[in-house]
Amino acid sequence: MTVAEATLLYTPLHALHLARGGRMTAFAGYEMPLQYAPGILAEHLHTRAAAGLFDVSHMGQIELRPRSGDVLDAALALEGLVPADIAALGVGRQKYGLLTNTEGGILDDLMIANLGDRLLLVVNAACKAADLAHLEAHLSRTCSVEALEDRALVALQGPAAEAALARLAPAVADMRFLDVREVELLGAACTVSRSAYTGEDGFEIGLAADRALDLARALLEAPGVLPVGLGARDSLRLEAGLCLYGSDLSSSTTPVEAALEWTIQKTRRPGGARAGGYPGAAIIGGQLASGAARRRVGLRPQGRAPVRAGARLFASEQAPEPIGSVTSGCFGPSLNAPVAMGYVDVGHSRVGDGLFAEVRGARLPVVVAPTPFVPNTYRR
Amino acid sequence: MKYYTKEHEWLSLDGDVAVVGITQFAADALGDVVFVEVKPVGSTVVALEAVGVVESVKAASDIYTPVSGEVLEVNSRLADDPGVTGVEPEGAGWLFKLRIADASELGQLLDEAGYAALVGASGGH
Repeated sequence: MTVAEATLLYTPLHALHLARGGRMTAFAGYEMPLQYAPGILAEHLHTRAAAGLFDVSHMGQIELRPRSGDVLDAALALEGLVPADIAALGVGRQKYGLLTNTEGGILDDLMIANLGDRLLLVVNAACKAADLAHLEAHLSRTCSVEALEDRALVALQGPAAEAALARLAPAVADMRFLDVREVELLGAACTVSRSAYTGEDGFEIGLAADRALDLARALLEAPGVLPVGLGARDSLRLEAGLCLYGSDLSSSTTPVEAALEWTIQKTRRPGGARAGGYPGAAIIGGQLASGAARRRVGLRPQGRAPVRAGARLFASEQAPEPIGSVTSGCFGPSLNAPVAMGYVDVGHSRVGDGLFAEVRGARLPVVVAPTPFVPNTYRR
Repeated sequence: MKYYTKEHEWLSLDGDVAVVGITQFAADALGDVVFVEVKPVGSTVVALEAVGVVESVKAASDIYTPVSGEVLEVNSRLADDPGVTGVEPEGAGWLFKLRIADASELGQLLDEAGYAALVGASGGH
């Protein structure tokens, strides 16, 4: 037990986690549920079979309000920090993007929603203070930049999510993947997006902190909904092939190295209508044209032994020098097999390439594999 | 007679052969067991060295042998059903059998009361 534990922050749902028997852990400065009584394996499988309710209130919610009143101005301003076509993001739509630094590295990954009169950003908990300062420093002339305090965020994920949320607001059933709407739930104004970090269909719901307990309790009363902790959140996202900032992405990995070129639409690439104009554009633009020396790949260990973050990767059983390393690895409950992702020299990044991961002194065979490992079920 | 380590292994003695596993407390802390690996039969192991691993979805935990000896048998059930170590860690989920090299090492281990005190003092979770 460490001194730092005394200074951990609580989310608005902290009391609910304790009441539901959550096993609490420190994460990004918050005391969060790692798991509940059923355990990570059962919570993971339950989310894919029915629905899981996740507290992600530790994440940052930031609003960009254009001083001109035209949300397009906020979008164009944000394009100065994010290599994505945000101007094309329609009202009521959301997309995934990256904040980059001048070396082309990734400062954070985030969701960007167009709410008509403003943009709503959802950023990683560990990055939110730095993100806010970065956004304020670069966007204050065009936008007011406001971190939403006293705000909760819950994710309802899995095949039973739609029915559970539609009990409170039938209209959410009409939403498609990455739609965003402002919806009243139990009398509380909520921002609902049909989005996921599990590979499952589902929703993420932002609302005032003091209304979050009522909403969470109501959702947990719906058929098939159980609370799910951060442990299963991690194994679900890894099976879905989704990156975790701080593990799979960092300020020293570029979008091209991270195999996230798809987040950079044509308009922002060299030759596009609004090419470049973001930090690191020269480096990233060059890598878009000719590739990077290393690349993030999915990995399937061939045995049952999980290969964890930090394991070094080799081209052969005898090779003296590693050609990469694992950045995330766990046992995938839905696959009933270990899964991992990591960075490898580009010459070893083709699907099907055979590699070896060093685990407890032994070299275990792994194969470069396509992601997602488990097909996603988004309602497109 | 059953012995325990501070690292949450148990050892049960039958003549000079010991059965070793992880305690219920350790299993509860670890969560669902998805993979178990122990040094192969015939290995010579030294007291308190890592001789294998028990893994959950999220984490790997080293297994330490409570005493020195030779690995006589590894629980064959664990290859296909490692979860049994999480569910019945002090029964069907035992890990390995050991021919004890030096019985005096048993004196360094905790007895049931000593282990209960250790687990009680750590206050669970």
